[in-house]
Amino acid sequence: MTTATAKATTAQGSVGTAHTRVEGRDKVTGTARYAGDLPFTELAYGWLVLSTVARGRIRSMETGPVLAMPGVLTVLHHQNAPRIDSDYIGRLGVPPDPSAALFQHDRVPHLGWPVALVVAETSEQAREAAEALVVHYEEKPHDTAFDGERPDVPSQDTEEKGDLEAELAASAVVVDARYTTPEEHHHPMEPHAATARWEGGRLDVVDSDQGTAWVAEELAKLFSLEPSAVRVRSEHVGGAFGSKGARAHQVAAVMAATALQRPVRVVLTRRQMFSITGYRSPTSQRIRLGADADGRLRALEHRSVNLTSTVFEFVEPCAGVSRVMYDAAAHHTSNEVVRLDVPTPTWMRAPGEAPGSFALESALDELAERCGIDPIELRVRNEPELGPVSGLPFSTRRLTDCFREGARRFGWAERDPRPGLRREGRWLLGTGTAAASFPSGAAPSTAAVTAQADGTFTVRIAAADIGTGARTAITLVAADALEVAPDRVRVRIGDSDFGPAMIAGGSMGTRSWSWAVAVAARELRERLALGGGVPPEGVTVRSDTSEAVRALAQKERHSFGAQFAEVAVDVTTGEVRVRRMLGIFAAGRIVNPLTARSQFIGGMIWGISMALHEEAVRDRASGGHVGADLAGYHVATQADVPLVEADWVDDPDPDDPVGIKGVGEIGIVGAAAAIANAVWHATGVRHRSLPIRPDRVLAAAEGAPDA
Amino acid sequence: MAPPVSSAITLTINGEKHTLSVDHRTTLLDALRERLDLTGTKKGCDQGQCGACTVLLDGRRAVSCLQLAVAVEGREVTTVEGVAEGERLHPVQQAFLDLDGYQCGYCTPGQICSAVAVIEEHAAGWPSAVTDDVRPEAGPPPLSAEEIRERMSGNLCRCGAYVSIVQAVARAAAEAGAEAEVTEAVA
Repeated sequence: MTTATAKATTAQGSVGTAHTRVEGRDKVTGTARYAGDLPFTELAYGWLVLSTVARGRIRSMETGPVLAMPGVLTVLHHQNAPRIDSDYIGRLGVPPDPSAALFQHDRVPHLGWPVALVVAETSEQAREAAEALVVHYEEKPHDTAFDGERPDVPSQDTEEKGDLEAELAASAVVVDARYTTPEEHHHPMEPHAATARWEGGRLDVVDSDQGTAWVAEELAKLFSLEPSAVRVRSEHVGGAFGSKGARAHQVAAVMAATALQRPVRVVLTRRQMFSITGYRSPTSQRIRLGADADGRLRALEHRSVNLTSTVFEFVEPCAGVSRVMYDAAAHHTSNEVVRLDVPTPTWMRAPGEAPGSFALESALDELAERCGIDPIELRVRNEPELGPVSGLPFSTRRLTDCFREGARRFGWAERDPRPGLRREGRWLLGTGTAAASFPSGAAPSTAAVTAQADGTFTVRIAAADIGTGARTAITLVAADALEVAPDRVRVRIGDSDFGPAMIAGGSMGTRSWSWAVAVAARELRERLALGGGVPPEGVTVRSDTSEAVRALAQKERHSFGAQFAEVAVDVTTGEVRVRRMLGIFAAGRIVNPLTARSQFIGGMIWGISMALHEEAVRDRASGGHVGADLAGYHVATQADVPLVEADWVDDPDPDDPVGIKGVGEIGIVGAAAAIANAVWHATGVRHRSLPIRPDRVLAAAEGAPDA
Repeated sequence: MAPPVSSAITLTINGEKHTLSVDHRTTLLDALRERLDLTGTKKGCDQGQCGACTVLLDGRRAVSCLQLAVAVEGREVTTVEGVAEGERLHPVQQAFLDLDGYQCGYCTPGQICSAVAVIEEHAAGWPSAVTDDVRPEAGPPPLSAEEIRERMSGNLCRCGAYVSIVQAVARAAAEAGAEAEVTEAVA
């Protein structure tokens, strides 16, 4: 086995070797321009006004006094906004975000629903006017309380094989437990921002998003414009994690720029991000495992319930991870939803897998405990030959190798499996492990590669670098395909005029874009090899991977990983500190070890944050959040994070032109379970509800049931 | 007569004087970004909770979203644009670049300003909440990973680049002569 980190595996050798980010100098000197950073003459500032009731209707709005305030240019709302068309299914197979269909009616489906946009000459004027706008509502009773007990939408996502009750009855050991995860928010450091203007008959939007071609397409549909009449640019993106698609701020900016015929910028406040940029739904998951005494599974049931809004059905597919990880004669999985008067949830880093793996991998640890089997050995014994539900072969599945390498480096062999034995002053110490998986996919993309007469090359693709290092990865892929050094390749991304391309999402971005870039670059290299030189206008080759991606054989394609954590639990305060973490991943060919490691580690830190800190609390009375800011919603800080290490085993995907699988999401999967399992090992108490807060640790220590 | 809502002020930023008329409500952050086109300083939360807007005021760290521009007259403001010496990156900037101390880059200007000040605060003997011996005569404690984590914890990084940020700050501090715990990346 190779735990390759910086080995060149091609003749060209750029892919697989560590490269600092090509835009790194711009980022460390502050010259990289993000969406809210580009200057425009005559720029006006829009400020959204959000509803203060959780359900009802807008009765009236006192716009007169606001319009008389200094600098105010207009107030847009449901009585004067242009009509937009939100009755369509977008590129990603879903209807548009309901809160992006701005100002089309007087109904309020949740607290924080956009009801008006105030536009003024300066941001100070816009903000004060927006806060001064009085809106009268007809308030109706609301229900925002999620208990996970009463799914009210028939499940459209159920997979069942075998007789579950019979297999459970025949099992020597049964685990039956409910696990819950709270509402979690993306909170990229850069708030959502867009500037819209009309330029030469085209709509030009400078945005912060995960896919310019995607957002341009959505805006064209919403405003019934020709696709060619919309250009969206998003050169640098200050994080996204699933939250940055077509949302209220771009639509508001476009409406105002159209009404005023001048550039308008709309930037969301941190508080506004809590209600109109999506979030991860809380989940309630019941898992039943039945096994023989040797730990081999006979029954696996994973039923998940999440909430959604009354205006969109979003499923957090937690049970999906069970359809990949373990097989059993009886195998039942379902994902169901409850509709409540809350904002619409959306994809958030490892949707489904992140909360789903917390439940499943905690349950596996409970099973290991009951069977008296090492948690790693239990997983090895339950490695499936084929996809448990699909029956398809795995493209590659090196999970056991990840566990072996991780166990060796973490020192797992020396672990005493008994809980509650290790003490260091007031700290109880423990270690835990968990498995990880995340689907590996590719989606059609187009790219153009141009050879210039001076011997350099330009790649154009509507990719997005949301912090992943995609711009650098594409540079390396293109350099290898062209058989030149990376410094001769310039990569331009983040512009919808470059043509359709996959978004940065689903861990599919770099794989999808690299495929298109490699195809075009190889063809260009072959064409140049024929001789004839490069004319002054250059030689351009375009690619479109639609057919190739569709022709990909059906297989179970996933990245895998093994997570290890050591924790210390303060018995006097209930505080849990993670002391170290190690993740070993099998995640396809690693294009750039430097940035891929950062992504894995970043995902694992999300796991620490999910396990111990993150929890958005909703007040039943108002229907809104308590402490909707970065003080009330704690994400892991520098002081919360120990030395976290990530590495990988060689695992190129045999069917991908570059061998890539995708590394964006797998780092968070299993991480929270590894930490929760370590807390059990430290204290002997099983925590089935996240986050593992000090009060929960103390209550559990005092013998309160159901930590 | 209504009281004035704006004033003409002179700000000294990165050693350069700028005279401008600002709305009294304008924060230093908005003055930098919207009036002076110094957009390196970022707005992450606008309420002093994330550290993305960190600048140096007379050499000390400050969140520029909680400073009114009119209150900063007469003080020396250093932003990320003023950290490098011409084309030569500051050792902190170079370390962030080399060790991948960032991902999306949005918190980076604040992290870098913060790190520059942390190294100076440490060299001046300032203790932190995790310093064992806080007596002035004890001198600066070794700049351990734990010290760096504590001192840098006012700057959030949602991408989770914390591990390499600690390595970058340690390397830059060691270059500046501090007794710092320099750990190499696993690669």
